[in-house]
Amino acid sequence: MKTQDPKDRIKNFEEVALGLTEEEAMKEAGRCLQCKKAACVEGCPVDIDIPAFVDHIAKGEYGKAIDKIREKNALPAVCGRVCPQEDQCEKACVLSKKKSPISIGDLERFAADWEIKNRQQPIANSQQIREGVKKVAVIGSGPAGLACAGELAKNGYDVTVFESLHKAGGVLSYGIPEFRLPKRIVDFDLEQVRRLGVKIDVNYLVGRTNTLDGLKEEGFAAFFIGIGAGLPYFMGIEGENLNGVYSANEFLTRTNLMKAYLFPDYDTPVRVGGIVAVVGAGNVAMDSARCALRLGAKEAHIIYRRTEKEMPARADEIGRAKEEGVILDLLTNPLRFFGDEKGWLKEAELIKNELAESDSSGRRKPVPIKGSEFRMKVDTVICAIGQGSNPLLPGTLPRLNMNEDGNIIVDKDHMSSIEGVFAGGDIVTGAATVISAMGAGKKAARAIDKYLRRV
Amino acid sequence: MPNPNMRRAKGSYSGSNQFDQSEKLNDMAYKIIEKTKLNSVTWKTVIHAPLIARGARAGQFVIVKIDEAGERVPLTINDSSRDAGSVTLIFQEAGVTTRRLGCLEVGDDISDLLGPLGKPAGFGKAGRIALVAGGVGIAEIMPVAKYAKELGNYVVTILGSRTKELLILEDEMNKQSDRMIVTTDDGSYGLKGLVTDPLKDVMEKDRMDLCYCVGPDIMMKAVSMVTRTFGVRTLVSLDANMVDATGMCATCRVSVDGKTKFVCVDGPEFDGHLVDWDGFLKRQKRFAEEEKVSLAQFEAKHKNCMYR
Repeated sequence: MKTQDPKDRIKNFEEVALGLTEEEAMKEAGRCLQCKKAACVEGCPVDIDIPAFVDHIAKGEYGKAIDKIREKNALPAVCGRVCPQEDQCEKACVLSKKKSPISIGDLERFAADWEIKNRQQPIANSQQIREGVKKVAVIGSGPAGLACAGELAKNGYDVTVFESLHKAGGVLSYGIPEFRLPKRIVDFDLEQVRRLGVKIDVNYLVGRTNTLDGLKEEGFAAFFIGIGAGLPYFMGIEGENLNGVYSANEFLTRTNLMKAYLFPDYDTPVRVGGIVAVVGAGNVAMDSARCALRLGAKEAHIIYRRTEKEMPARADEIGRAKEEGVILDLLTNPLRFFGDEKGWLKEAELIKNELAESDSSGRRKPVPIKGSEFRMKVDTVICAIGQGSNPLLPGTLPRLNMNEDGNIIVDKDHMSSIEGVFAGGDIVTGAATVISAMGAGKKAARAIDKYLRRV
Repeated sequence: MPNPNMRRAKGSYSGSNQFDQSEKLNDMAYKIIEKTKLNSVTWKTVIHAPLIARGARAGQFVIVKIDEAGERVPLTINDSSRDAGSVTLIFQEAGVTTRRLGCLEVGDDISDLLGPLGKPAGFGKAGRIALVAGGVGIAEIMPVAKYAKELGNYVVTILGSRTKELLILEDEMNKQSDRMIVTTDDGSYGLKGLVTDPLKDVMEKDRMDLCYCVGPDIMMKAVSMVTRTFGVRTLVSLDANMVDATGMCATCRVSVDGKTKFVCVDGPEFDGHLVDWDGFLKRQKRFAEEEKVSLAQFEAKHKNCMYR
C-alpha cells in the first residue's frame, strides 16, 4: 500500500498509509479464489464473510461490500487499519502458502473508506427498541464495549455505554496515534454504533459517578465490563519518577486524545527532548517512538531486551518506524535513570543481553552480559512495556473474582463471578488487540442475550 | 452570543469532521448557574452537575475540561447540593484553564466535568483535629471541616493567607470551628506570619489527635515537618497535574513511604510524614515552561476581557 514519504511524514500527524486506489482494489479482489471452504473466515475473530465482501469489491459493488462487512463488524474502518490481518485471516488464506495472500485488511479498509466518502446517511441495521425491553449497561467505550453494545442493540436491547473520558473509543481515541488511525475515522464508526440505537454517556466513571449497584437500581438488568488494560506498567528501577519519564499511556493520551501536537492551540502540553528512548517493542512502543519523532525528537530509540525477530509489534509498524528513522537498540535493558538537581532525566544506564533458551512465553530468554553496562544521554524515556488491569472499578466489587494480574475471571460465556455481570477484552485477557476485544464483546453480547431471556 | 473564550472544533486536524464528538447534545453540557468573585484572583462558580452532586463527599474533586482544546484539570469540590443538582468550585486563577474558567459567565456551558473523584475524607471520629489551610486551600478544606464537625470532632482551624484581601471563607470556616486563628504573611489581618507559628503554639499547649492540611505544597511540607516533631498524624491533600484521573496514565504519581501512588485514585489524601515532598515538588514543575507559553498566548488574545 502506498504510504506518505518517510521524510515528510515525520513532520506531520497525517495518516501514513494512503489506502488502495479503486484499480488496485479491484485487481487485488480479483485474485481471490473464492474458496468453498474459506479458511480466512475461520481466522477472523468476528467471522466476517470475507469471500463475499471481496467478491463485491471485484465486481465494483462497494456499497454491498461494506454492508456485508458491517453485518459482523461494527468498526470496519478501524479494523481495516489496525487489525493484525497478517496473523489472522491473511495467514489462513490458501494463497499465503505461495507467499501472496489476498490483502484482506487493505480491502476491508478500501470498502470502509468508500463508505465514508460516498454515503451521506450510512445505512444502519437499526431496530426500534421494543417496549419493556431490558436495559444493559456496557462499561467502557473501547472496542470490546462498542462491539458488545452494537450486537445487543441489533437484538433490540436498550443499551447505554458508560465512558469515563470525554471522548468515546478507548484506545482507538487515546492510544493509537492520528497517523495510524485518524480520529475522524473513529468518530465515523462511533456514529454508526450510535445509529444502531446505542447511547454513549461520556464523563461517567462507573465506580465513582455511580456504582454498579446504583445502576442496577436504575433498571439495568445486565452488565458488560470492557474497561481495558488501563494500568501502566513501570520497570521498578531507580529514577522512574524523574521528570521526563512517561508511561506510554500518559505520552499517547496527551498526544492523541488531548492533541498535544497542536500545543499551544490545544492546552495540554507534552514535552519531548532531543533524545527519546522508548522501552519496549510492541505496537504501543512503535507508536510512542513515531509520535516522539513527529513531536520534534532528534533521535527516537527503541530499547528492547531481545532481538528484532522477537519483537511483538506488527511487522508493518516496525518497518514504517525504521523508515522514519527510529533506532532499534536491541538486546538492551535499562538498569536505572539519572537526573539533575531539579529532578530532570539526563542519562540512562543500560546493559547488553544475550539470548539463552526459551522462557515461558516461548521466546528466547534474555540474559544480561556481565560488565556490559553503558551509559546513554537521554532527555525523555517512555515506558511501553505493557499495561495491566485498572483496579478502580474491580476495587468497588468485592465479589468479583480476579487473577493475580488483576484480570477479571470469566467462564466460557464471559460471565464473571457476579451473576449478570459479564466481561471481555483486555480486562480479561490482558493487553491484546482491538479485534480480539471486539470478538469477545460480540460473544459476550450473545451470552447476555441468552441470560436475559432466561431470567 | 457564544462566549468568545470557548474554542469550538472547527474541523479535525485530518480534514472536515461532521461527526466530531465535541458537538454534544445540550443536556450533556455542564451549565454555570452562579458565579461570584471572592477577590481579585478567586472565583466561586456553581455548576449544574446532578450526577456528580449526588455522590460527592468531602475531600473529593472533579476534572474540568472547559472546551474542545482545553486541558483536563483537577479542582476540589468546595460544596455540592443534591437537591439543586449542583457542585461548587472555588478556584484561584493560576494557569490558562483557571483563567478561562474565570472568564465564563452564568449560562455558559463547560464542555466536560468528571466526578466525584478521589477517596473521600475518612478519618472519622479522630478526636481533636487541627485543620490548617492556606490560600485557596481554605475552599478545599471547608467540606472536610463540615465532615469533621458532623462527626463530633473538636476542631481548631488555622487559616493562612498572603494578605487580608486574599483571605476567603472566614465566616464559613468560623462556623465549622471550635477555635480559629487567622494569619497573613504581611500582617494586614490576624497574626503576622506563617501558619506554622500558631500551629506550633496549638500543639505545644493542646493534645491534638490529627492534623489535616490543604494548601500550597511548600506549606503542606512545612506543616508536616512541624507535626512530625509532635508525633501527630497528618493528612495532606495533594494537588497534582492530571490527564485521565482514573489511574490510567501515572502523570500524578508520587512516592509515599517509598512506594509509587497515584494522587487521582490512591489520594488525594496522603500521610504527610510519608510523602516524598522533594520528589513531589520537583514533579509539579514538569510543565512550568509550557504553562508560561499557554498563559502568554491567552494574555495576548484577551486584552479587552471585561473581567480584567
